[in-house]
Amino acid sequence: MSSQPIPLHLPGEEPAEKIGVYVCHCGTNIAATVDVAEVRDWAGQRLEDSGVVVSRDYKFMCSSLGQELIEKDIKDLGLTRVVVAACSPHLHEGTFRGACKRAGLNPYLCELVSIREQVSWVHTDRHAATDKAKAVVSGGVERVVRNTPLEPLRVPIHPATLVVGGGIAGIQAALEIANAGFPVYLVEREPSIGGHMAQFDKTFPTLDCAACILTPRMVEAGGHPNITLLTWSEVVDVKGYVGNFVATIKKKARYVNTELCTGCGICQEKCPKKIVDEVYEAGLGYRKAVYTPFPQAVPKYPVIDVPNCTFFQKGTCRACEKLCPTNAIDFTQKDELLTVEVGNIILATGYDLFDARRIPQYGYGRLANVFTSLEFERLTNAAGPTNGDIVLRDGKTKPQSVAVIHCVGSRDRNYNNYCSAICCMQSVKFAHLVKERTGAQVYNFYIDMRTTAKAYDEFYQRVLEEGTLFVRGRVAEVTDAARLPGEAGKLIIQVEDTLAGKQRRIPVDMVILSAALEPRRDAKQTAHLFGLSCSADGWMIEKHVKLDPVATMTEGIFAAGCVTGPKDIPNTVAQGAAAAARVLGMIQRREIELEPIKASVNQEQCSGCRICNNLCPFNAILFHEDRMVSEINPALCQGCGTCVAACPAGAISGTGFSNEQILSQIDGLLMLNVARQSAAVAA
Amino acid sequence: MSDHFEPVIIGFTCNWCSYRAADLAGTARMKYPPNVRLIRLMCSGRLDPTFVIKALAGGADAVLITGCHPGECHYIEQNYKALRRHLLLRKTLAGLGIEPQRVKLVWASAAEGAKLTHEITQFVDEIRGLGPLHWPQSDANGHSQPAETEVTA
Ligand SMILES: Cc1cc2nc3c(=O)[nH]c(=O)nc-3n(C[C@H](O)[C@H](O)[C@H](O)COP(=O)(O)OP(=O)(O)OC[C@H]3O[C@@H](n4cnc5c(N)ncnc54)[C@H](O)[C@@H]3O)c2cc1C
Ligand code: SF4
Ligand code: SF4
Ligand code: FES
Repeated sequence: MSSQPIPLHLPGEEPAEKIGVYVCHCGTNIAATVDVAEVRDWAGQRLEDSGVVVSRDYKFMCSSLGQELIEKDIKDLGLTRVVVAACSPHLHEGTFRGACKRAGLNPYLCELVSIREQVSWVHTDRHAATDKAKAVVSGGVERVVRNTPLEPLRVPIHPATLVVGGGIAGIQAALEIANAGFPVYLVEREPSIGGHMAQFDKTFPTLDCAACILTPRMVEAGGHPNITLLTWSEVVDVKGYVGNFVATIKKKARYVNTELCTGCGICQEKCPKKIVDEVYEAGLGYRKAVYTPFPQAVPKYPVIDVPNCTFFQKGTCRACEKLCPTNAIDFTQKDELLTVEVGNIILATGYDLFDARRIPQYGYGRLANVFTSLEFERLTNAAGPTNGDIVLRDGKTKPQSVAVIHCVGSRDRNYNNYCSAICCMQSVKFAHLVKERTGAQVYNFYIDMRTTAKAYDEFYQRVLEEGTLFVRGRVAEVTDAARLPGEAGKLIIQVEDTLAGKQRRIPVDMVILSAALEPRRDAKQTAHLFGLSCSADGWMIEKHVKLDPVATMTEGIFAAGCVTGPKDIPNTVAQGAAAAARVLGMIQRREIELEPIKASVNQEQCSGCRICNNLCPFNAILFHEDRMVSEINPALCQGCGTCVAACPAGAISGTGFSNEQILSQIDGLLMLNVARQSAAVAA
Repeated sequence: MSDHFEPVIIGFTCNWCSYRAADLAGTARMKYPPNVRLIRLMCSGRLDPTFVIKALAGGADAVLITGCHPGECHYIEQNYKALRRHLLLRKTLAGLGIEPQRVKLVWASAAEGAKLTHEITQFVDEIRGLGPLHWPQSDANGHSQPAETEVTA
């Protein structure tokens, strides 16, 4: 344990620093619960001995007028320290540090203490909240006295970018950056890029064919001189920090020599092993053990699926190897590990579909003619298992009546509270496609219709006019137990029609479940790998939902598309482009300023005990055997402060979070400063 | 003990998870009692046990230590060190005759504003029940005595 005595000046003596305290009303956000004027006066009077020379309040400290107030005081009164009591430092620390800097004060001599998130918004008792605000200000004042001027660290930004996930979000981001002239590594874990969009036939609201608009972009990304496409690959390790990440990518063996393969497809044709394709065909169709997920796959080279390949399992077969006209099959390939250096990372790993089996009363997996939305996409797809014929599970019967159930697993307390954003429109699209291709009667069961984007409601109106019946109510059950005439052999939808105010049973031939969009099953591991966090729902957390939706809490790591929550294609594409713009902005700056929060060893004080040596997860601490002292490499230190806390000799200090700063803040929070002053006055 | 005892609690948060949980609790207008005053560290690994002792010696009735969930520390694994130091602190405090429950460790991710709110509320209640912190009197040899029996009541 280490602790320095806190050098406090004696009451009556001239304080060492001139501190300005600024208390913000934040409109009524703070002022409604905290008596701002009282905090202002209290700080001006009771913290005078700590060095407070001016104390003001203002409606909006962060406004330009509020900032000018601080700047003017720094210049006119010669302030040497500033404490702003307002919102969270995560919101406005930069703002107030900037104001200090403009007025010629080192920005690190400014402390922002939160009396909004930590006081006015979480407390109701005005008196108690005002008292706590005083303590918080007092803590900030004591701490700021021990702050030292710091210079931000400047680090260069590597011009290459890593994009993880090759759905439409990742493709868009990669193309924007590559077209601006900078290198991109696009990593996709499936054999082809394209993501979910490649599975669809038509896309709402314009009904253009997904392949027609997606394939050209896939091809462009695949052939772009600035894009290194790494499919059948995954990121396994990420080290470093903004501007200078080192990522390790596992390139799984394809067992196909891509130098020789022409993508002719003979291997896939001749491979005798047929496997249900759970990914691309959503379980409705088959693929071979050597396969490309779909004919327009980018890249065109197939992969061999080892657990299903007869050669790998039994040592026989080798049909592909024998029949490949260019001898491209290579069973000796091994997984490769690549390391790449990049300045920024964009995560675009998308979503998974909710498993509809989790709602047993809807019968998916038990009742043959209940389909999921992705299965239906494959059914309608001209290149799908039925060549685009909408038929029942028997593969031939056209349905006479079809039910589309909205919000399956969304807006449901038992599964996901959120709205999946796309399923209303997707369900309306399904209704249109069924009507157009089969003439069947379609019923859509919805809770609320949400058709908010451009041309969406118009599309809904059109489908209404086409004669689809919309029933408002959450479906209770899908059953094959016929009770009434006309129900035999049908699937019966049991629902409370909340507009008509009655229970209804509607018999149909086919049911489509518009399942929720959910976070990837491995979203937590991915978040961990990249040092990000997931929300309670499991989606990656963006830096600010409204103001910074494509940045994350970790500098240099951005997120685009469904990885942060359900989105339609237009929003996904916009985010891909936005993330790219942010990355390009970083690259153009060439270097970035980092918080100078680092630890360093005072070599005079180090006893050479080596206790710190094994504590650092970044191996930043090295030991000089010759001099028997430890030293910290500032380039590797991330500033967590663990070694500072552990050094028994008190030899390590941490800038920005020194023992003196923290101990003084504790002192201030406990109002020991004020108590000492009162004691002195009494004496 | 008076019914009106309101404890003062110092809370340590880490910059990446629990401080953001506190921010979230605010943004979502969740409510907790005003007894806890928070300090931001970069990581729970920065928590020098001295800070806790100093806080308790300086008039805090209890200390709350918070950080990212195990496996989610921004600096990989430093919160495991906080976990160890927390256990050590509790032992040390017990040895000094102070109720070890006065130091509590809570993991809260950036998304867990509700959890933090709940934990703070509960902790404040617990400490209200324990009453003010009394440092045991030192005996002639300078060794402190075990606390009075209030704890078991
Ligand atoms: C049934 C259905 C119909 C829809 N119809 C429409 C429509 O008509 N119009 C519309 O606008 N929107 C529609 N949507 C929404 C649309 O699917 C999404 O907006 C879009 O696909 C999101 O793209 P994305 O790139 O974010 O994610 P995804 O498409 O999920 O792509 C993510 C990619 O990342 C890869 N990946 C995942 N994890 C990793 C990893 N760890 N490492 C490497 N790669 C990884 C995946 O393999 C995938 O290729 C529909 C959605 C569904 C479910
Ligand atoms: S810096 Fe401290 S902990 Fe590290 S070797 Fe020196 S004395 Fe030991
Ligand atoms: S502060 Fe953390 S990252 Fe820096 S040297 Fe110490 S243990 Fe390592
Ligand atoms: S960063 Fe939160 S505990 Fe380490």
